[in-house]
Amino acid sequence: MADGGELGRTVRANVNGTEVSRYVANRSTLAQFLRDDLGLTGTKVSCELQVCGVCSVLVDGSPVSACTYLAVDIDGHQVETVEGLADGDTLHPLQQAFVEEFALQCGFCTPGFLMMSVALLRRNPDPSEEDVKEYLDGNICRCTGYRPIVEAVQLAATRMREDGHV
Amino acid sequence: MTSTPTKVPAAPSDTASLRGRIGDSPLRPDGTLKVQGEFAFGSDLWADEMIWGVTLRSPHVHARIVSIDVGPALATSGVYAVLTAEDVPGGNVGLEHADQPVLATGVVRYHGEPVALVAADHPEIARQAAKKIRVVYEELPAVTDGRRALEPDAPQVHGSGNLLRHLKIRRGDPDPVAPLVVSLDFEVGMQDQAFLGPESGLAVPDDAGGIDLYVATQWLHADQRQICQALGLPPEKVRLTLAGVGGAFGGREDLSIHVHACLLALRTGKPIKMVYNREESFFGHVHRHPASLRYEFGAGHDGLLHYAKAELLFDGGAYASSTAAVVGNGGTLGLGPYNIPNVQVDSYGVYTNNPPCGAMRGFGCVQAAFAHEALMDELADRLAMSRVAIRQLNGMREGDRNITGQLIDSAAPVAELLQLVQDMPLPAERLSEDEFDLLSLPGGVSNTTHGEGVVRGIGYAVTYKNVGFSEGFDDYSTARVRLEITADEPTVTVHTAAAEVGQGLITVEQQICRTELGVQRVVVHPRDTQVGSAGSTSASRQTYVTGGAVKAACEAVRAKVLERASTMLDIEPSELVLDGARIVSITGAVVASLQDVLGTDAVDETVKWSHRPTYPVDPETGQGDAHVQYAFSAHRAVVDVDTELGLVKVVALDTAQDVGKAINPDAVVGQIQGGSAQGMGLALMEEIIVTGGRVLNPSFTDYLIPTILDMPPMRIKVLEYADPHAPYGVRGVGEPPTISSGPAVAAAIRQATGKALRRVPIRPEHITEG
Repeated sequence: MADGGELGRTVRANVNGTEVSRYVANRSTLAQFLRDDLGLTGTKVSCELQVCGVCSVLVDGSPVSACTYLAVDIDGHQVETVEGLADGDTLHPLQQAFVEEFALQCGFCTPGFLMMSVALLRRNPDPSEEDVKEYLDGNICRCTGYRPIVEAVQLAATRMREDGHV
Repeated sequence: MTSTPTKVPAAPSDTASLRGRIGDSPLRPDGTLKVQGEFAFGSDLWADEMIWGVTLRSPHVHARIVSIDVGPALATSGVYAVLTAEDVPGGNVGLEHADQPVLATGVVRYHGEPVALVAADHPEIARQAAKKIRVVYEELPAVTDGRRALEPDAPQVHGSGNLLRHLKIRRGDPDPVAPLVVSLDFEVGMQDQAFLGPESGLAVPDDAGGIDLYVATQWLHADQRQICQALGLPPEKVRLTLAGVGGAFGGREDLSIHVHACLLALRTGKPIKMVYNREESFFGHVHRHPASLRYEFGAGHDGLLHYAKAELLFDGGAYASSTAAVVGNGGTLGLGPYNIPNVQVDSYGVYTNNPPCGAMRGFGCVQAAFAHEALMDELADRLAMSRVAIRQLNGMREGDRNITGQLIDSAAPVAELLQLVQDMPLPAERLSEDEFDLLSLPGGVSNTTHGEGVVRGIGYAVTYKNVGFSEGFDDYSTARVRLEITADEPTVTVHTAAAEVGQGLITVEQQICRTELGVQRVVVHPRDTQVGSAGSTSASRQTYVTGGAVKAACEAVRAKVLERASTMLDIEPSELVLDGARIVSITGAVVASLQDVLGTDAVDETVKWSHRPTYPVDPETGQGDAHVQYAFSAHRAVVDVDTELGLVKVVALDTAQDVGKAINPDAVVGQIQGGSAQGMGLALMEEIIVTGGRVLNPSFTDYLIPTILDMPPMRIKVLEYADPHAPYGVRGVGEPPTISSGPAVAAAIRQATGKALRRVPIRPEHITEG
């Protein structure tokens, strides 16, 4: 959120397919911009030091930690958050698999895991268990012990390959 | 002014789910919201006109507050209020002892204690203003060592002695002897719950001096009681609703932002939002007690235990929190699930100027298990017995009495659980040096070894843990169940105040309603204080106790419906069955529809339900029926240790646990997997480093948590030996995995290295030194 008198600039970006334009303070993080300015609170903040992966979102398809990424740096870029995954009432295959596989308990880490998994499956539609673990090693989950998350990602990958999901 | 929050936690529990009775694994009703980012955690709440609250905390470990000047802070543009202890109308707070001021009063007793509050229209302005509060401190001598705290000349934390509780257990021969004696000292570091969703909430004042607080917590009614104490308000003026909880693990049982946000809201007349950042979270909740343990076991040459002596010292830090209960658990359960005829246990909890410690998953049993399991291994080795066999030989069975003399009156499958984990297939041996994947070795992607110096070890551990609150606590839950016809369909609404923290309790409530009333559609009401207390989401108790209350409320609803049907049909109620939309006779014929019986009425019953009573233990002997139920688990850990670099990779972590009855099998497995990860974390990496009372690592860069690459594959065997005294035969599930996993990992490292390793977490230097 930008305060009167604070140095900032107008940022134009595409967020989940919608063009947005907002004046943001130079020191605003992308997480603050998404959560406080756009009301997209699906992106969570936990460690604030880009070590837990909770705040992961995609900028031009690549994962970034929204807790330390400056909002002004998305000017002219495309941002994807967890709110953009579902197609209306139809969950994204990864979302569906996370629910089915009990890959969440408290769910605070879930948006970050989902966005990282989206990025993984775009790069590698058929990841091995080791591929999944290596790619998601920057994301902490305190509830599940991770096993169901690996299973959910692989289940979603299988379904997406079968359905030709892009 | 009145403000209606625009984002409140109504949504998560407002969903109805179809299908899934007891024993099924229906999907969580909040799952869809959580994967869409629409589930409202405490940090996501929002209200028009809301402003932000922040806390100023003590930079000192122990100091007298000479003066506080709030002038410059209050004069800051955008600041609405600055509060200190003088602005707190009521008394102290605390879970068991009301020994903690809401804001430090005259003295600060730990690094990070709240001293003042600021409300401003932007969180950063509030933080900047907090820095302008001028507090003059005069430092006082501090005590930051648990044993030192008990010396007569130690600095006093509260001026009334530093001993918080001493529990004595004396059973059998006071001067026991045995042919073989083993002893050890063990130290357990301070673990953090490290839930990912920081402390957060929203306090909204009403027009009549009351307040609505939306907060992520574990026990709404204990919060309400303490907030009322601190604010000097009656309960009807302090209404709580559970916000989405981003993990808890014990760390949300005590108050955090609660009173602070309410004070600021009442002072400013505006909704106050407070969210801790990660650093503040480390100071804003209690931790697992560090413990200093001295154990001695005496046994015969046949391996049978003759006696045990143990001294457990739990450092409670500056305020009591639940230390007394942790001391109780450590003392009554701290010798493990073994038959020991002669026992002398002294369990102490002390005040120090360290950070306050309280509840964390495993609650007093986690620390003790590292000691008793290390000692059982030592005994086995001295006797050249198998480490599994010596545990099986001494393991409790149903019908035995434990060290407080309590009869174990349901399944106690210690020997079977150990056998199950021992019989599980072991992971493949490492291949020869030119064949194996370097990534699979300790050190992983760093490729710090090509296999030289890497040794495999296997360790076993077994535990038992009390379920529910103990030692005479009035432990109950309340459930309200309402049955009506909506949209031509029987619909149940279940309303409890039990905190859903991620474990899946709301799914369990739905399953119980479907099972008891035969309906499909069960709506879970938001959790709030408009219904009676459900007790705490802790002590592995909610499926048992709130599950019991929901079951009882369903039974009351069913009885009412059948009474009405009986009058209408002129058939005895005992000859009628409620099956969803139908009333069926005992011969199986449909005699009426629920619609006929209810019309537009609802049947709405509220039931308060308690488990069997427990009793305080005898103050001199510690004897008594302290606990209501015991839950047992065993783990086997397989580790590879790089003995040159001290790096550990857990290769497998297998477990077996008796859960009585798995209401939701997938959720049970989830508890076992997640709980095991936390126990492993304590064995290997998790510790809040406190030096001279100061926390040195309040961040996730320096406080390490197991990642996806740290977690090994787990084989899990779930036993279901129904407890005849519990609803559906359930046994608490959440904590045992956190207790037996860590000692199994430690044992495996000891076996691999041959080192004693009498402290956790085990760090690389402990493995490589000497």
